[in-house]
Amino acid sequence: MKKILAIAIAVAALNLVRAQDTIDINGGIDIFGRKPIPVAITGFTGEAAEVLKFDLYVQGCCFVSPDAAQFVINGTDNGTVVGSVTDKVARKVAFSRSYNGASLRRQAHAFADDVIQAIESTPEKPIKPIGATKIAFKSQSPGGNGEIYVADFDGAGAQAVTSDATIVAHPAWVPGRMTLYYTSYARSNPDIFMHSLSTGQRRVIAGYSGLNTSAAASPDGTKVAMILSKSGSPNVWVCNADGTGLKKLTSGLEDSSPCWSPDGRWICFATKKAERRRLAKVPAGGGEVQYLSTAGAPNPTEPDWSPDGKWIAFTSQTGDFNICVMPVDGSLPPTVLVAGQNPSWSPNSRTLVFNHGSMGHQTLSVLDVFTKQYKDCRRATGSNSQPAWAR
Amino acid sequence: MKLNKIILPLMIALVAMLATTGCKKGFNGKTTPMPGQTGRTPGDDQPPSTISQAPPVTFDPNAVSNQNPPGGLAQNQPWTMDQVIPDPAALADQTVYFAFDSAAVLSKEESKLIIVSEKLKSDPSAKLQIEGHCDERGTEEYNRSLGERRALALREALNRAGIDGDRIRTISFGKDKPAETGHDEAAWSKNRRGVFILCHMKTGL
Repeated sequence: MKKILAIAIAVAALNLVRAQDTIDINGGIDIFGRKPIPVAITGFTGEAAEVLKFDLYVQGCCFVSPDAAQFVINGTDNGTVVGSVTDKVARKVAFSRSYNGASLRRQAHAFADDVIQAIESTPEKPIKPIGATKIAFKSQSPGGNGEIYVADFDGAGAQAVTSDATIVAHPAWVPGRMTLYYTSYARSNPDIFMHSLSTGQRRVIAGYSGLNTSAAASPDGTKVAMILSKSGSPNVWVCNADGTGLKKLTSGLEDSSPCWSPDGRWICFATKKAERRRLAKVPAGGGEVQYLSTAGAPNPTEPDWSPDGKWIAFTSQTGDFNICVMPVDGSLPPTVLVAGQNPSWSPNSRTLVFNHGSMGHQTLSVLDVFTKQYKDCRRATGSNSQPAWAR
Repeated sequence: MKLNKIILPLMIALVAMLATTGCKKGFNGKTTPMPGQTGRTPGDDQPPSTISQAPPVTFDPNAVSNQNPPGGLAQNQPWTMDQVIPDPAALADQTVYFAFDSAAVLSKEESKLIIVSEKLKSDPSAKLQIEGHCDERGTEEYNRSLGERRALALREALNRAGIDGDRIRTISFGKDKPAETGHDEAAWSKNRRGVFILCHMKTGL
């Protein structure tokens, strides 16, 4: 009887395991140990192959020979990209398409988006494409000065959007618009600028005495959260996108790095309570601060809330920096994914960009949270850090 | 746990089965949604995709705005740096040092604050800018906030010594301007600091 009961329990336990998760022998389920989808890429060369591989790798694929692949991705890039995807398990062509216009690089990104749609996206769990998305980041020279840059999410085509030869920090996008907030010491004080990339115009929206930094636009773009110290300690404040209507949200002694929930109802931030560094959240309209548990990931900082609302990525500091991810509902403790800092989620809620490297020589890198695969971006001049993925 | 001992052998078997990496033979079993093509040979069976050029990102260096922040430039700023001449040498010896990850003013630094407050009392029109700095070991935004907290802590101490807070500006440089560039405690301890910049009002204002 005991044997039957044991087998029944074991079978029940096994039914809880989804095929895509590995099992930790100690009994837990490791959501972040997902195996990548094996694909074969044939026929593509040079830049098109490089783009395809980068985009697929950071969205959870790995590269094998056609015999071992679940999907074969075949095509040519002779002038324009032409490609097809064959599903070897279902034994059919998923799709076949040619691409024209813009550049070969853009076409390869568009093809990679279509590949991901075909092999990973489902009506129940649609995946937002990232092939045409941008990042903003800070490039810093030794001595502290730097400029704000914008690039494709893989680092290609990087352009400076400032030219002030001063200290800059923390670029942040207005969702859906080619407009950035960033901190600049151009007026001999850390001020927050709002800068339209399409018109080239910018102006200060927070220039109070003391610290003005860490701007974060609300998901609907109508408001911006920031850290101001004008009341005597660095705290979270919120105002309208143009800087009017300022309201103080927190009263801790050392608050930093606000980020919004995608429904716009909460602002998550880093703070200190009882001499311990914590993450916390406060209602965006004001109210009681609630502290979040990050057990196992000490000194949490720089949080970012995934666009699907489910995850918070943050930096944990333990002498080194580590990118950690935890579910918002607290159902799992944080998982350490890779050494690095300053995570920023892409629109697909599984890929994020961060920076890593040695002090003063930081490189941006793109990470797939579920497979833990990551690949470095093309490096702009100087130390590249504080990336923000346009959403 | 008893339950683990029962399940463990079965778990081991399952792990062994799944233990092949995704890049060796074996799939994760996921099937794809089929958009409707069956049994066709690869060909142009979907409409070609035309990619439009992304709008250019322009930056006009002449477009730096002199527009005032909401409420005007003078909002909550009794004085600004362009109204003064800084004298960084005057209080260079009174740089205050901080413990790791802390903005608390250490008692061994208090004598420096006395010197700074005496200097300000002896020159009633002088202003003070306090720079807050950190060592390299924190993240950038955390350090920007910590540096500001250090400058504010020093301003609070000077308030308590009788100096009007309106005479004192704070500015954080986070970890952007270290005093020493080493990667050890000898350098780090020199970078966790508050720097006092005595400022004199420009004549004619």
